[in-house]
Amino acid sequence: MKYANSPNSPFNRNFSFKQILSIVVGIAVVAIILSIILTGFYTVPADSQAVLQRFGKYTSTEDPGLHFKIPLGVDTATIIPVSRQLKMEFGYGNPNATSPSQGDTQPDAAKDMVTGDLNEAEVEWVVQYRITDPKQYLFAVQDPEDTLRAASEAVMREVIGDRTIDEVITYGRQDIENENLVLLKSVAQEYELGISIDLVQLKNVNPPEPVQAAFNDVNNAQQEKQRDINQAQGEYNTVVPKAHGQADQMISVAQGSAAQRINEAKGDAAYFNDIFAQYVKAPEVTRRRLYLETMGAMLPKMGNKIIIDDDVSRLLPLLPLTKSPMQ
Amino acid sequence: MKTSATIGGVLVLLILLCVSLCSYSLPEQHAAIITEFGKPTGPTVTTPGLHFKLPLVQTVNLVDLRMQEWDGQAVQMPTHDKLYMIVDSYGRWRISNPLLFFTRLRDTRSALSRIDDIAGSEMRDAVAKNDLIEMVRTDKNRKVENDFDADNTNADENITTSTLPSISIGRTAIEQTITTNAAAKLEEFGVDLVDVRLMRLNYQASVTDKINERMISERAQIAARFRSEGEGAADKILGDRDRDLAEIKSAAYQKVQEIEGQAEAEATRIYADAYNQSPQAVELYNFLRSMQTLEDVATNNTTLVISTSGDLFKYIKSANPK
Repeated sequence: MKYANSPNSPFNRNFSFKQILSIVVGIAVVAIILSIILTGFYTVPADSQAVLQRFGKYTSTEDPGLHFKIPLGVDTATIIPVSRQLKMEFGYGNPNATSPSQGDTQPDAAKDMVTGDLNEAEVEWVVQYRITDPKQYLFAVQDPEDTLRAASEAVMREVIGDRTIDEVITYGRQDIENENLVLLKSVAQEYELGISIDLVQLKNVNPPEPVQAAFNDVNNAQQEKQRDINQAQGEYNTVVPKAHGQADQMISVAQGSAAQRINEAKGDAAYFNDIFAQYVKAPEVTRRRLYLETMGAMLPKMGNKIIIDDDVSRLLPLLPLTKSPMQ
Repeated sequence: MKTSATIGGVLVLLILLCVSLCSYSLPEQHAAIITEFGKPTGPTVTTPGLHFKLPLVQTVNLVDLRMQEWDGQAVQMPTHDKLYMIVDSYGRWRISNPLLFFTRLRDTRSALSRIDDIAGSEMRDAVAKNDLIEMVRTDKNRKVENDFDADNTNADENITTSTLPSISIGRTAIEQTITTNAAAKLEEFGVDLVDVRLMRLNYQASVTDKINERMISERAQIAARFRSEGEGAADKILGDRDRDLAEIKSAAYQKVQEIEGQAEAEATRIYADAYNQSPQAVELYNFLRSMQTLEDVATNNTTLVISTSGDLFKYIKSANPK
């Protein structure tokens, strides 16, 4: 309070100590009241709704925006992310989890399950859900997320338990996802979780580690089967179409030579008929002429010609037998 | 003025103190049990909102009426068919009678341990009474769906060798039995057990090895079957190849023979028609053919011995031979 007595102070009037105290108290009271009122304001983010309770009793659900509630514990607002897509993982944990209930705390136990043919499978899956009824979500079940997690594990085993290992690991995935979704949706409704299930998706589905090699071998065998079939089909294809072509070729050749044979026969017949037509007019002369012509053409080609008289006997010793064609 | 402000301030403080001592908030889905020195008194309050009580003398005990989860412990137990399984279950329960609950159990922790005892022992009984498959399977009527995507070389056969063993009771009925039995025993605690469900039912480590061995042998058998099917199908195709080749070649041979035979027959007919039209024609044909043959026979080193009495040289001895 030094300045109160200072002549240079702008508060040059003489304030008494009591007056100053009451001003300070007044400012403090106003500040406290103001700050209490200010704590009554709260913001609801765009993807959320707020559930408002007065003395614990539900009063209203507020949409996104700036809202006011009575402070000092009279009104409480719980903000619930209603339009946010939430995830719950089973059998594995994503290190970048956005909410505490997303990852699996016991992944090994969660993914291990027994199939309908009493084999073992390791199934990892993820459930996508949204909080659709914030009031129900808060007031019907004590811990909806934990309940959903337990229910999803039970439902998954129910579905897997009615399927063989082959369905689970290879071709039944879609079917398993679909049935899971239907069952889990009805469970969420029956349990009044205030949650709606959007998607159940299988991740890695494997046989147990020691068995995986045997499963891979089945795949290999399947490939080998296909390969064997393809190879054989290839061998078939390399020869059979060619044989078809060759057969067609043989037939065409035969057809050609058949035509040739017939045409030649026709030609020969025509040639003969022409000669015959003239021959019948003078058979004796024609024969003689043809004979002599033939002989005339034939004799010059021959090397040795021996003309003998019928009256000469003992011809043989005269023949030069050494000059045989064998030499 | 100074005194009135002070009195006002003190009054406000007193009212606030009184309100905080004499009232309490009851949240949604909760019940309040008022006790005086530990002894419950008055009716159970269930309407949410602001309520009043006597300060200092009365204590408020809140009881959560919402559905709660009971997370059973993972326990190892044998099934009826002597398989050691690790069974983990969960259940849902709620406090149906807050006063009874409060007097018998007081808090959730002791309630959960009571459910552990009761539902856990019912679970053990049920598991011991049933074969494993009854707890694994649910739908009695479900059949294995065939793998329609499999390659169509064996479309009529089922690729899987495993089938679903049949059941007579099923998982749901067993769960219901456990729930009914356990719920009856929990009623006296003011607890309503809504359901008990098998969450996990896993093979115990020692069983796992045997299961794995069985699975490996099963897969080996399936793999062997694929390989043999492949080889069989390949052999069949190769057989088809040989058969088709033989068929094609023999069919072509047959066709060729037919064509050539017909042509030969036709040619024969044509020749016969020409050469056989009259005895004179036969004569001429023989003659022409002989002449042709003679011409063909004649070569350089042929020696011809010919008589003068023949037609050709008969004039060599006389102009008028006899």
